[in-house]
Amino acid sequence: MSVRVVFASHSSRVGMALCALVLVALATAPFWGGRDDLLLLSQIYAYVALASLWNLLAGYAGLVSVGQQAYVGLGGYLLFALSIFAGISPLWAIPLAGIIAAGVAVPVAMLVFRLRGHYFAIGTWIVAEVFRLLASQVSLLGGGSGTSLPASIFIAIAPTRQLRDFTIYWIALALVVAVLGFIVLLLRSRYGLALKAIRDSELAAICNGVDVKRTKFMVYIVTAFGTAMVGALIFLQKLRISPDAAFSVNDWTAFVIFITVIGGIGRIEGPIVGTIVFFVLRQTLADLGTLYLLMLGAVAIVVMLAAPKGIWGLIVERFGWQVFPLERRVVLDDRGAARE
Amino acid sequence: MDWINVILQGVLVGGLYAMFAAGLSLIFGVMRLVNIAHGDLIVLAAYLALVVTETLGIGPLASLIVVVPLMALIGYALQRFVLNRTLGDDLLPPLLVTFGLSVIIQNGLLTLFTADSRKLQAGDIEVATIRLVDGVNIGALPLLQFVVAIAVIAALQFVFYRTALGRAFRATADDPAVAQLMGLDNRHVFALAKALSLAVVAIAGVFLAVRANFDPTIGPARLIFGFEAVIIGGLGSLWGTLAGGLILGVAQAIGAYLDPGWQILAGHLAFLVVLAVRPEGLFPKVRT
Repeated sequence: MSVRVVFASHSSRVGMALCALVLVALATAPFWGGRDDLLLLSQIYAYVALASLWNLLAGYAGLVSVGQQAYVGLGGYLLFALSIFAGISPLWAIPLAGIIAAGVAVPVAMLVFRLRGHYFAIGTWIVAEVFRLLASQVSLLGGGSGTSLPASIFIAIAPTRQLRDFTIYWIALALVVAVLGFIVLLLRSRYGLALKAIRDSELAAICNGVDVKRTKFMVYIVTAFGTAMVGALIFLQKLRISPDAAFSVNDWTAFVIFITVIGGIGRIEGPIVGTIVFFVLRQTLADLGTLYLLMLGAVAIVVMLAAPKGIWGLIVERFGWQVFPLERRVVLDDRGAARE
Repeated sequence: MDWINVILQGVLVGGLYAMFAAGLSLIFGVMRLVNIAHGDLIVLAAYLALVVTETLGIGPLASLIVVVPLMALIGYALQRFVLNRTLGDDLLPPLLVTFGLSVIIQNGLLTLFTADSRKLQAGDIEVATIRLVDGVNIGALPLLQFVVAIAVIAALQFVFYRTALGRAFRATADDPAVAQLMGLDNRHVFALAKALSLAVVAIAGVFLAVRANFDPTIGPARLIFGFEAVIIGGLGSLWGTLAGGLILGVAQAIGAYLDPGWQILAGHLAFLVVLAVRPEGLFPKVRT
């Protein structure tokens, strides 16, 4: 009697087919969409990527950080510094910013990992504040008021404006696909099994031989790497950076947390669903200004209290769907019977 | 003489930070959680004081008679009806709900009061100074604030270790299940702890509003100062929290003296150094 582990299910086959269709539609967006559509889609990709990374950190590894804006801002500033001072093409500066940020994350992790639970959360926030204050001391990059990316650097990406728009759009799409693809592969690997064990019960994970501390450390570094790349791309698109915008707790952490909680924390589909909800709300209610933020906060609280697994959690409970083939099922070959 | 003045200023401001921290420390001591909206509640208290002084025509210090009970009431209701529902083994719900609360308070205040800076006027006491020796003067208001801070810490210490309420706090913190078997209602005890915490927040908020300009967005920075004071001082020790506040105040004052841009950064660095060298804080007293 042989035993196999199967990931795919009926719904995930449908889900992956749908994903492929959507991906083709999005990849061809430059040919059917206008400039504004591309910009909006790029913003959506950035938030899906940021929220997915935060979900990996908080939803799976249990590291609730409210300081990921540290790496968004660091990525942005590294992109500006590398392209202005070192003459590196902004496109190469994106992965390089990720690598440097991952290096910076190592000593940061050693420091903030001394704090547990809620204290870890605020510790990460202080680190982000330190980064913000240090950035405003760098007078070569405009100090507190920030700086713009020189036109010559930007023009070097591609000869025409249209081609530049397309290039950056495709990079944004590639980045979000890479982030999601990486998380799916990670969760399917043995590290993913460890992460799911940590998510469900840290104590039980330790008892089963999971090196919880090391796993968490690795996840923190990897998310810093990804978050900084997304940050670099965001500010390549904005063409302007300032400490307050780069290290904004509202833009890069509050929104990201609300997106993940509303969509469904601890599930890979959650951040995607949450981002769609977030942008629909934003397109319809953004005129309300501060009231919009107020409502977003209230919705997040209600979701946390009434349905802590978010929208996708409710869907999973009701229908048992999964878009990505992640759920492990053991199949006994000789009888052909499947068991959970 | 400059250095003496700088350090003295830092110590006096540190009293305010200790008050930010005391409310935070109390909540951590009883419920083992951090209230991310703590700083925004301090700012909320400042705005309540503003409304009270304007409508009743009384001074900021007199407004404490209204603001302190009001904030305590808000704290009780908040814990009883919202935050108690988040308690459990999972640390995410309380964190996210207080984070959401922080965003709501901030944007609610922005809607009601706009982003303009405000300040409470305390009259003559604001400019009164006491001369210690030649070249070293202490402002009467910072001194009062410092004395109040010590009184608040002493009062909390007394409540925690000398009263039936404090016994209930400590029992619930040690073992909620057993405390409940002994006839304590945890939901009520937690709500009382939050009420006491917000009473301290109210005092801190009023002094913050008299000392400097405030606007709806400064809450998170107050939370961070309070938090740094708690960690520097050591978890679970109220007098340690006072020491932590003073150290933070002095670090910021020295930073500001060297370069105005370094004030806040110097405080953060002091915190990070303590975290790196002595993560349990300087005067720890935690039973975990």
